[in-house]
Amino acid sequence: MNNENLRDLVVEISGANPRKCMRCGKCSGTCPAYAEMEYRPHRIVAMVEKGDIEPLMRSQSLYRCLACMACVERCPRSVEPAKLVEAVRLLVIRGQGQNHMSPDDIPQKLDAELPQQAIVAALRKYGK
Amino acid sequence: MRYSYYPGCTLKTRAKELDRYARLSAVALGAELEELPEWQCCGAVYPLAKDEIATRLSAVRALMSARDEGRTLVTVCSACHNVLKQTNEALKADANLRMKVNNYLDPEVPYAGEARAIHYLELLRDEIGFGEVKKRVANPLKGRRIAGYYGCLLLRPSAVMALDDPENPRVLEDFIRALGAEPVAYGRRNECCGAYVTLEDRAQAEKSARKIVQSAADAGAETIVTACPLCLYNLKNSAGGLPVRYITELLAEALGIAEGA
Ligand code: SF4
Ligand code: SF4
Repeated sequence: MNNENLRDLVVEISGANPRKCMRCGKCSGTCPAYAEMEYRPHRIVAMVEKGDIEPLMRSQSLYRCLACMACVERCPRSVEPAKLVEAVRLLVIRGQGQNHMSPDDIPQKLDAELPQQAIVAALRKYGK
Repeated sequence: MRYSYYPGCTLKTRAKELDRYARLSAVALGAELEELPEWQCCGAVYPLAKDEIATRLSAVRALMSARDEGRTLVTVCSACHNVLKQTNEALKADANLRMKVNNYLDPEVPYAGEARAIHYLELLRDEIGFGEVKKRVANPLKGRRIAGYYGCLLLRPSAVMALDDPENPRVLEDFIRALGAEPVAYGRRNECCGAYVTLEDRAQAEKSARKIVQSAADAGAETIVTACPLCLYNLKNSAGGLPVRYITELLAEALGIAEGA
C-alpha cells in the first residue's frame, strides 16, 4: 500500500483527524509512557499526517501506550492521539498471524494475584 | 430503590471484596443491587477504533438488559463502568454504529443508548447522597489519612464519562470525608497505574505505579483506595509500601458491616 492509502486507512479506523494538530507537544509532555517510546504521541500524530506509517508499524511504541487517555483529555485541539496509536497498532495485528500477544503467551505471565481484567485487556490490545 | 447491577468477571474471582462489600453496603444504605440475569465480560478496555463492532456487543447487551428492566445500571469496577458508559454514549452519538449493532443483535426493541449507566460512586453521591452515607456511618474512620486514587478510567475521556472534573476531581475525597477519614491531597491521583502493560513490560508498569504510591506516601497517606482491580494490583506490586484497598472495603468498615470488624 502506498503512504497515502495507509494514512487514509489509519484516519478511517481511528475516526481522528491528525490535521488539527498544532504541534504543541502537550500530548507527549503528559504521556506516562514517554520515556519508553521511540516515537512519542506528538510525533506519531505528525507521522500519520505525513503518511509515514510503515516505520510506526515496526515500532515498539505501539505496545507502550497505556490507553490512559491523558493525551486525549489534554490536547487543546481535540486530536485524540491515542486513537491514532490504536489504529496503527490494529493495522499491524489485524494482519494474518500478526498477533503481538496470544493466549499461549499468558500462562508464563500469570501470578496468583493478577486480575482477569488484565489478561482480557492485554489480549484485546495486543491481539485479535 | 432498586438498581440493575453489573459486577464483571474480575469481581467474581480476584476482586470478590470489591463486589461483596458493594452489595452489603448498598443494602445497609437502602439501595438494592440486583445482578443482571445474564451478562458477559465487557472486554475490559473500550475499543478506540471506530470500526470495531463485535468487541462492543457484550456491553450493548448489558445496557439493553438494564433498559428492558427499566432500571439504572450500577457498576463498581472502574474499567467495566468505563466500557459500559463509553459504549452507551457512542451508541447515542454514532448513527452508523447504532445501525450496525442493531442489525447484528436484532433486538425486539432497537437499542439507542436509553439505559443510564452510573458508577457506584455516583450511586453514593447522587442517588443516596454523601450526607446520608455520613449519617449511617457507625464506625467513623477518625484520624485515618487516606489517598483516593482515581486513575484514568473513572475520569477520562471526561466529555463522555462526565463523572467529575478530570483535572481537579473531588468525589473520592468527599467519599473519604463522609466516612470520617481525612482525604490526602497528592499530585498523581489521576495518572495511569501502568494498566495492562504489566503483561507486556512489567518494569514500565511498575515505574508508573511507583510514582503514584510515592506521591501519596510523600503527602502523608497511610492507605490508598481505588475502585479498579488492575489499579490495585499494579499499585500493590510497585513496592511503594502503602496498603491499597477497595473503596467498598473502607465503606463497609465505616458502616460497621465488614466481616471480622
Ligand atoms: S497535544 Fe494535540 S495539538 Fe498538541 S501536539 Fe499533541 S496532538 Fe498536536
Ligand atoms: S493514551 Fe497512550 S499515547 Fe496517550 S498519553 Fe496515554 S500512554 Fe501516552
